[in-house]
Amino acid sequence: MLPELGHFALILALLLAALQAFFGIAGPMLGRDRWIAAVTPAVAGQFVMIGTSVACLITSFVGNDFSVAYIAENSNSALPLFYRVSAMWGAHEGSLLLWIFILSCWTVAVTIGSSRLPPRFAARVLGVLGVVSFGFLLFTLATSNPFNRLDPAAPDGRDLNPVLQDPALAIHPPILYTGYVGFAVAFAFACAAMLEGRLDQNWARWTRPWTTAAWAFLSCGIALGSWWAYYELGWGGYWFWDPVENASFMPWLVGTALIHSLAVTDKRGLFKSWTLLLAILAFSLSLLGTFLVRSGVLVSVHSFAADPTRGIFILVFLIVMIGGALTLYAWRAPLLKSQAGFELGARESFLLFNNILLVIAAATVFAGTMAPLISDSLGLGTLSVGAPYFNPTFMLSMLPLMALLSVGIHTSWKRGRLGDKKRMLLTTLVVAAVLACGLAFGIYSKGRVLTPVGAAVGIWIILTSLVDPIDRLRRKLSLPRAVVGMTIAHIGIGIFVLALTTVESFTVEHDVSLAKGGMTTVGAYEFRFVGVKAIEGPNYDGVGGTVVVTRHGAPLTVLYPQKRQYWVQHSVTTEAAIEMHYGSNVLVALGEDLGAGKWSVRIQVRPLVNLVWLAAFIMAVGGGIAASDRRYRLARTAEAPVMSGAAGEGAG
Amino acid sequence: MMRGCLIALLVSLVLCATAAYAVDPTQMPTPALQARYLSLTHELRCMQCQNEAIADSPVDLAADLRRQVRDMLLAGRTDDDVRNFMVARYGEFILFRPRMSMRNLWLWLTPGLLLGVGALVAVRIVQQRSRLVPQDNEPLEEDIRS
Amino acid sequence: MNRFALPLGLFALLAVVLAIGIKHSPDKGTIASPLIGKAAPEFSLPSLTDASRIVKSSDLRGRWYVFNVWGTWCGGCRLEHNVLLQMRHADVVPIIGLDWRDNDAEALSLLSQLGNPYELIAVDHDGREAIDWGVYGAPETFLVNDQGVVVYKYIGPLTQEAWEREFLPRLPAKQAEKS
Repeated sequence: MLPELGHFALILALLLAALQAFFGIAGPMLGRDRWIAAVTPAVAGQFVMIGTSVACLITSFVGNDFSVAYIAENSNSALPLFYRVSAMWGAHEGSLLLWIFILSCWTVAVTIGSSRLPPRFAARVLGVLGVVSFGFLLFTLATSNPFNRLDPAAPDGRDLNPVLQDPALAIHPPILYTGYVGFAVAFAFACAAMLEGRLDQNWARWTRPWTTAAWAFLSCGIALGSWWAYYELGWGGYWFWDPVENASFMPWLVGTALIHSLAVTDKRGLFKSWTLLLAILAFSLSLLGTFLVRSGVLVSVHSFAADPTRGIFILVFLIVMIGGALTLYAWRAPLLKSQAGFELGARESFLLFNNILLVIAAATVFAGTMAPLISDSLGLGTLSVGAPYFNPTFMLSMLPLMALLSVGIHTSWKRGRLGDKKRMLLTTLVVAAVLACGLAFGIYSKGRVLTPVGAAVGIWIILTSLVDPIDRLRRKLSLPRAVVGMTIAHIGIGIFVLALTTVESFTVEHDVSLAKGGMTTVGAYEFRFVGVKAIEGPNYDGVGGTVVVTRHGAPLTVLYPQKRQYWVQHSVTTEAAIEMHYGSNVLVALGEDLGAGKWSVRIQVRPLVNLVWLAAFIMAVGGGIAASDRRYRLARTAEAPVMSGAAGEGAG
Repeated sequence: MMRGCLIALLVSLVLCATAAYAVDPTQMPTPALQARYLSLTHELRCMQCQNEAIADSPVDLAADLRRQVRDMLLAGRTDDDVRNFMVARYGEFILFRPRMSMRNLWLWLTPGLLLGVGALVAVRIVQQRSRLVPQDNEPLEEDIRS
Repeated sequence: MNRFALPLGLFALLAVVLAIGIKHSPDKGTIASPLIGKAAPEFSLPSLTDASRIVKSSDLRGRWYVFNVWGTWCGGCRLEHNVLLQMRHADVVPIIGLDWRDNDAEALSLLSQLGNPYELIAVDHDGREAIDWGVYGAPETFLVNDQGVVVYKYIGPLTQEAWEREFLPRLPAKQAEKS
């Protein structure tokens, strides 16, 4: 009964989405206030319906209803309760429903948050969101209904993919999607502004907190995914430039550019058409990511089961949404003119460089990700693009961006003079360089040319980010949340650069074969392989190894890496054992049984790798704080400017 | 249709039945050879679990290909010999680092070209805008506040 | 044409690329072999069925043959076994097997159970021969002409339909007529 209820609720949600889209867009166009008034109830109704649908699916998962095909495919009665809930988004159909539910949550949030906006504008925003929701609901109902019944019911389920049976990955999709989908809000604001033809700075100010919040979630989601890949996939790597990873990374890059260009448009009325384009692009890349992951056009380790009909459906949807928005853009953008001026050294210039470099970085990732498809459709044959392409080409635009950041945050609007900041910048640069050399040659005593450079840039960003807030605190000046958030996010970037440099330069990795009692030395650590014994878990068994780790002979820890065989899907997963020691991650993972008590073992010492993810979370926290700034919640109108913000804010 | 699905299912089960990875304790006689070996095995794609390098893939084919790389390096062949050997058998698809050939030139040129175009655009915009500074009397937010 | 229409134009191009991608996506995972149109690899391998014999590519020159890569561990090979038996029965073109990374005894017992569709079976214990053929997953089936040139490669379990659609039309007319 529950699955049918969920299915029915989904159909009602589709109808309500259609109403929301129609009233939201046609109402303001024809000036029908009663139509506009109907938008909010449609949003609320849709939220209730989608919520019901999600609740039905989760309840059926928890109750092991294997007469539902999706549940029979992705769950099992032996699966722990927590994973029975998260299994709801463990595969294509359910994750699509989650996507829709999150969109619905954002829509409700926008409805509540837009009470101070002009009603017609708000209606248009909700109307555009209604179109997105309608498309996805239709897609789900037409091609990917999670409530389809199985007749006869399966006696038990085929289990959730074992690699997904992990806490980090259980919460990864909701957070990632919240980021992904959140860019729909910026997209809707941009489309509403274009529909209305009122392309002043207001829409940019209204959009800022939403975009920053979505960006924060996306940062967090990507970091979680990367962390999961590090310890679960067992390769000890944290970023693989896989198409699916790139699909979430491209919107992040463009979203980062958008946050910065929104600041310029908000503060100075500049780059208006560019900001519009970025708002469209950020969400378009989210949609494109959805397409790439679910249509089977690209080969990926993470992708969902491929199905060309789904591909065709999403493609049509992409053409309607992105094509529609870009058509609006081609029509409206030429009307935008700005007479504002700025000098070379002004903050506007630096934010311009920021935007250009970020978009180039995104375009590079895009080119590499799409190259196999492009090459194939041009008849140039198949090819593969992997890390050996992405690493150097991505650095090409990222290094200048990072180098410019420290200067950029200390520039002022319009005028290009750095004034007394110049001395501070030089001093911090010298300090950063000394620290970086100390790190590269003192602590780790090796590395490549880029090592001290990367470390110096990272440290410089951290130092220069701190100067302004500390100065303000000393002078007992107010520190608005937007500034605090920006500072924290930039410090996160600095830590990220520093950590990445260290990890890439100083990781020591050895794959060795060890007999029982065998020893090996990796970096400053010694590893003694005690042996393996059988283990058993709730829905798997396998072997667990015991490795005693010492440092210069002094006992440090004992690590227990595992190899698990999950009963239902008969698949093997590796559970690496990781110990953090002085900021380094010592990782031990079991490979193959080589016979006669010998095992191949991967041992890896990665310094500061935890900082890579921590940095991403710091960025997300910064984004969250900036998004919660009071100032954004007050709508500024041309007649009554509300200026509770502080100087200096805006580069965030 | 049913049959087709079944086959697809079976094939996929055979291909990627595992989420494990390879641990490759191969030791080459010299550090230089070891470095070349690692770099090559990370650059060649495992054709079965298609998004992994042969260095990481646990399937037998990857192990065979790693052995092939090792033997060729020990026999004194160059990195390009190894790449050509693989491409002759498996096609360009096996290379994670697309070769700088006419077919792939566009891909390698894209980042540089974009950077060039970006620089030109930046210069033009900054030139235009700095000419507008003298006429731009719109007050800054900071100025209003103080 | 204004420059603001440029994004729309680029997106239109992208849509075309994606559409072609969808059209090609069913054969994603099957990678065209670079061997097609080139000489088949030379080989000289022990025979599975007759320990005293060596299966040599030079002995096959002058005849068309189907080269089928299989193994007892391979589920897909079990699916195509009947098709291969029918092909053998029709006697249009000889099938040469490559028993890939397999156990000889198990292979022989499987063939005695299910029937042997192969004229000759070469044994590739360590997978080196398979690499020369660019094999990445059994079953894979090649068609080699009388000049020793690879004409066609089929990936996955062979079906009667694929045999009729892909193999028969490529064979010389008088040989194909026999079927």
